[in-house]
Amino acid sequence: MKFKKVIALSLVSLMAVGLFAGCGSKKEEGDDKGSVYYLNFKPEVSKQWETIAKEYEDETGVKVKVSTAASGQYETTLKSEIAKKEPPTLFQINGPIGYKTWSAYCMDLKDTDFYKNLSDPSLAVTDGDGVYGIPYVVEGFGIIYNDAIMQQYFALADKAVSIGSADEIQDFDTLKAVAEDMTKHKEELGIDGVFSSTSFSPGEDWRWQTHLANVPIFYEYKDNDTNDMDKIEFSYNKEYKNLFDLYLNNSTVEPGLVGSKTVNDSMAEFALGKSAMVQNGNWGWGQVTETDGYVVKAEDVKFMPLYTGTDDDKDQGLCLGTENYFCVNEKASDADKQATLDFMNWLVTSEKGKKFMIEDMGFIMPFSTFDSSEQPEDPLAQQIAAALQDDSKTVVNWVFTTFPSQTFKDDFGASLLEYAQGNKEWDAVVSDMTASWASEKEAIAD
Amino acid sequence: MHKALKKYFPVFVLPTLIAFTFAFLLPFIVGIYLSFCDFTTIIDAEFVGLKNYSRMLQHGDFIQALKFTGAFTVLAVISVNVFAFILALGLTKGIKGTNLYRSVFFMPNLIGGIVLGYIWKMIIDGVLLTKGMTIVSDPKYGFWGLVILMNWQMIGYMMIIYITGIQNVSPDLLEAAEIDGTTRFQAIRKIVMPMMMPSFTICLFLTLTNSFKLFDQNLALTAGAPGRKTQMLALDIYNTFYGRPGWEGVGQAKAVVFFLLLGVVALIQLRATRSKEVEN
Repeated sequence: MKFKKVIALSLVSLMAVGLFAGCGSKKEEGDDKGSVYYLNFKPEVSKQWETIAKEYEDETGVKVKVSTAASGQYETTLKSEIAKKEPPTLFQINGPIGYKTWSAYCMDLKDTDFYKNLSDPSLAVTDGDGVYGIPYVVEGFGIIYNDAIMQQYFALADKAVSIGSADEIQDFDTLKAVAEDMTKHKEELGIDGVFSSTSFSPGEDWRWQTHLANVPIFYEYKDNDTNDMDKIEFSYNKEYKNLFDLYLNNSTVEPGLVGSKTVNDSMAEFALGKSAMVQNGNWGWGQVTETDGYVVKAEDVKFMPLYTGTDDDKDQGLCLGTENYFCVNEKASDADKQATLDFMNWLVTSEKGKKFMIEDMGFIMPFSTFDSSEQPEDPLAQQIAAALQDDSKTVVNWVFTTFPSQTFKDDFGASLLEYAQGNKEWDAVVSDMTASWASEKEAIAD
Repeated sequence: MHKALKKYFPVFVLPTLIAFTFAFLLPFIVGIYLSFCDFTTIIDAEFVGLKNYSRMLQHGDFIQALKFTGAFTVLAVISVNVFAFILALGLTKGIKGTNLYRSVFFMPNLIGGIVLGYIWKMIIDGVLLTKGMTIVSDPKYGFWGLVILMNWQMIGYMMIIYITGIQNVSPDLLEAAEIDGTTRFQAIRKIVMPMMMPSFTICLFLTLTNSFKLFDQNLALTAGAPGRKTQMLALDIYNTFYGRPGWEGVGQAKAVVFFLLLGVVALIQLRATRSKEVEN
């Protein structure tokens, strides 16, 4: 009897222990060196980050853990990861609004080498004297076009425009004339539509509610000589509508069906040569080459600014900026913080680290440790790098990092979808958008 | 035997009790506390009183989601149970292939909610395509899509419970009734249904709570589009939590209100049907 009791008790305690074994994993030895845990934002380069982590660990013996949040799930993942016993030491925010959420977790990076190497200090996220987020990549977006199809069009005998190549498109009116005439000739050109489908599946509308909206808001900020506003008028809404309508009416899909399309659909259409243009950024090249049987050639892929019909169209360049800022977790141990800073430094100063960032990631690095010959190979990134040097055009900065909240973006996207489907008047889209901006700015203010 | 059970009671209960406390009870209490706090993560909460609740009421999202959820729940509970009961009646008659039919009807229940949502999204989009529309063209498509989806998923499960209930009705009673000259309908209405009231209790409870807290299917089918008009309560809570910096507490407050609402509705339903249960 006693024997049985002992067995029963030990079994039960074993079970109880087993239940909690998963909760508290022990810290590994060699703690004084610290360790790095990076929560990666970009699923498309998750494998590359893991390779880097392993290389770094082999070289220095410092443990680097990388995990990647699923697309669109970064905030969710970070919120749960950072509350854990071993939280990420290195994470990223998307700009001033992201900093609002995470300010308690962002360490001041003012005195770090990483910050000193940043080529343009104004790019960093600052608060008072402190520097809390440092961009590690510059990206850009615009209209990506397939020059092979464009050349085919410009060679047509009965084209309606007088210009002879796509570089000569320098304002909205020309773009509109070309796009509409191309739609007329789409059978001869072998395309389903000039522009890839305007994707509006849930979570797939950021190209319109965030990126395209960047242009009118940029000009509105400029007119008011500011870089953030509590209330906006959306004064360039007509210009926004110009380009948005052009996308909808000269697309591969009927406007009523955009609600079922994803960004991947759009990029696949472009990759397969079924559309001539698509609005996206330099990261889109990866999606093109991942498409089975893609026909677009690297040398044919070119960028064009987002012309919307403002007076500044002729001088307007691409939209360049970043929403990827490194932050070091203030609440990590000192050893871990130091290890993390060393790792960040290694990425932008060592030969190996630099090579990874440029060749494997295809990043354009905004650091003075890179010279102009050190550039990624992908055709879109190269054009972004060139645009950074080009002073003849005015760069449209990424002001969308000051958009009030995800809720604002979602609501604006929903409005645009209803407009595209013909269920909402444009005036209502504009008034809802400005109302939502004001109420969301107010909602996050206190 | 009884004594031994009593003696070992703590030993058998303890593991589950510990798990329940840590995995359910504590998070639940912390969750209620957090609804009165301003926080980014649960370790840096700051008490702010009722601010989250007042913010919740200032924005109409919650009420809108509540209306949609309410309408959906009423329709889904009625339709799922009516169809499940009819099927159960049909499949206890001993017709050929009964087991095959039962399995086929039950099978949708084995597919996860997200997958189901995407499957039905494709089907509904496919149908609406012929009219040049998609499921997000009009909120009513999303609404009816959800009702259809819920029926497709839940009917089989409820049917199994009803079948068990019907089979437990004593044949003696039915035979006696037949001799007394009842019609088929009277037998079902006056004998079978009262005798299987416990099945109704459990089926109504399951469909009610599952419809009320539906999340996966809602997310996969429309994700609230167009314009949050097909957003149910659970999805609204999720979106509030992640949609604005500093609004985590409001999401938490909504979750607490959601729990109270669901609790009250479910208790009323349980009392109402329990009181109709009869002893065998």
